[in-house]
Amino acid sequence: MAKNQSEVSGVFTTGSKSQPSTIKPKSPFTHPLLLGSIFPALLVVVWELLSRSEVFPAYQLPAPSVILETIVGMAEDGTLWGHVGITFYRVLMGFLLGTAAAVVLGSLVGFYKHAEALFDPLIQAFRSIPSLAWVPLFILWMGIGEPSKIAMIAVGVFFPVYLNIVSGISGVDRKLIEVGKMYGLNTFQLVRRIILPAALPSFLVGLRSGLGLGWMFVVAAELMGASQGLGYLLVVGQNTLAPETIIASIVLFAVIGKLSDWVLKKLETRTLHWQDRAAKS
Amino acid sequence: MSLQLERVGRTFAGKAAVQDVSFRAEPGEIIGLLGTSGCGKSTLLRAISGLDTEFDGLIEINNKKVDDIQKTTGFMFQEPRLLPWLNVLDNVTFGLEGNREEKKKKAGRYLESVGLADSEKLYPKQLSGGMAQRVAIARALATSPEILLLDEPFSALDAFTKMQLQDLLLEVWRSYQSTMVLVTHDVDEAAYLCDRIIVLRGQPGKVEREITITEPRPRERGSSEQAAYKAEILASLDLTTDTA
Ligand SMILES: Nc1ncnc2c1ncn2[C@@H]1O[C@H](COP(=O)(O)OP(=O)(O)O)[C@@H](O)[C@H]1O
Ligand SMILES: [Mg+2]
Repeated sequence: MAKNQSEVSGVFTTGSKSQPSTIKPKSPFTHPLLLGSIFPALLVVVWELLSRSEVFPAYQLPAPSVILETIVGMAEDGTLWGHVGITFYRVLMGFLLGTAAAVVLGSLVGFYKHAEALFDPLIQAFRSIPSLAWVPLFILWMGIGEPSKIAMIAVGVFFPVYLNIVSGISGVDRKLIEVGKMYGLNTFQLVRRIILPAALPSFLVGLRSGLGLGWMFVVAAELMGASQGLGYLLVVGQNTLAPETIIASIVLFAVIGKLSDWVLKKLETRTLHWQDRAAKS
Repeated sequence: MSLQLERVGRTFAGKAAVQDVSFRAEPGEIIGLLGTSGCGKSTLLRAISGLDTEFDGLIEINNKKVDDIQKTTGFMFQEPRLLPWLNVLDNVTFGLEGNREEKKKKAGRYLESVGLADSEKLYPKQLSGGMAQRVAIARALATSPEILLLDEPFSALDAFTKMQLQDLLLEVWRSYQSTMVLVTHDVDEAAYLCDRIIVLRGQPGKVEREITITEPRPRERGSSEQAAYKAEILASLDLTTDTA
């Protein structure tokens, strides 16, 4: 009976940890990677067929194979790495800067009532300004070069990280703090041994949504004026009437955006393995 | 260490939860706090622990007024309150001092006595309610506090484990002579473990009676003396009509 059940659940669930992996016959047909690829693969095939039979005109929507050729071509003549590299650099710098500012301000506001009264209203007011509205001002202040772009991305990253740090710290279970107090921990020890680990999940959620916004803002920054980068490729594609360049750039954005999120997600599952979360089946 | 409460009460937002509780615990004495739920037992323990300082009246440890958390006081809360990011072993060593090896050895000993020697590496999410409570007991005992406050420590356990852990508690008490305040619902437990039982009643809770148990240890669970004490406790709770 028990064996039977484990087989049944092996078919319908993808990763239940409670059963030893040796007796669980994992069906290759329900692997998440496979399930997730069904629709994209289908879409690409249909698209390719429709483009080849010229249902979509090539000057509007070129076939996937043409887009792949464009990317391969850029890789071969070496321009691809410059574009990807500079865009990645901007996002990384903006992300680090925005996160650093958010950690400092978020911790202050999370820990100290007075800091909350002092900073939070202002930060909340700034939050209601759509961040892209800063673009002209930043360009005016810092010119069209790297600083204004990185500053913009940092602004985009700042808010989600800040908000999640504040809510993470103020949401720590009072009961756990009491446990620490009973063992005579001082404020510093309480922060290190209880508040930080308890606020970590929320912080990581903030990092991931911050990174997502970082990718959004780099597009805006590069569209405004750049001589290199994936966003610049979008502009080039538009000006030279080359949809394959535009779509190639979009695909590259998707791939490296996903990759960077995957890195954070790995970090999350590694550090938060203790969390008691519902497993989907 | 001795513990003294003088006319201790606590009011939450104008509503009294517990009133006018006085008692004295001599060093090494085990005091039971017994009463129906909601009569302020947990509230009293929090006041003694120093976590709550808004109470009325006076609490003294070793004849010195306390209004702060004492490092020598241990508290086992009504819920296990394990830190979810630490495994069982690290939860038990959480409050210990000294080098890592010593801490691990000590924690290991207590985990063994609560029957969880091979669960050291598990995380709280992997524990059943009873296991989590046993980890919490190991954590509270491992620091060998001089005053130990226990809020319904055995309530989530099956009868056998419960008896085993009651004996473990007595063993710890014999070696360290901790002064203990034990909150419980369980009349058998109170009669078996305590030197003195303070029966609280009503809302706000007040001291209804104090029953001294003179029977020497080791006590026998089914003995006629125990039965007599239980009857006395039950009578003072005046529950006979409800439970019939
Ligand atoms: N923090 C609090 N705020 C308001 N009321 C409380 C608080 N803690 C306890 N009470 C009230 O005090 C009374 C006694 O609670 P408690 O000490 O937990 O009872 P017991 O542990 O005896 O079951 C209850 O009526 C409860 O609602
Ligand atoms: Mg209680």
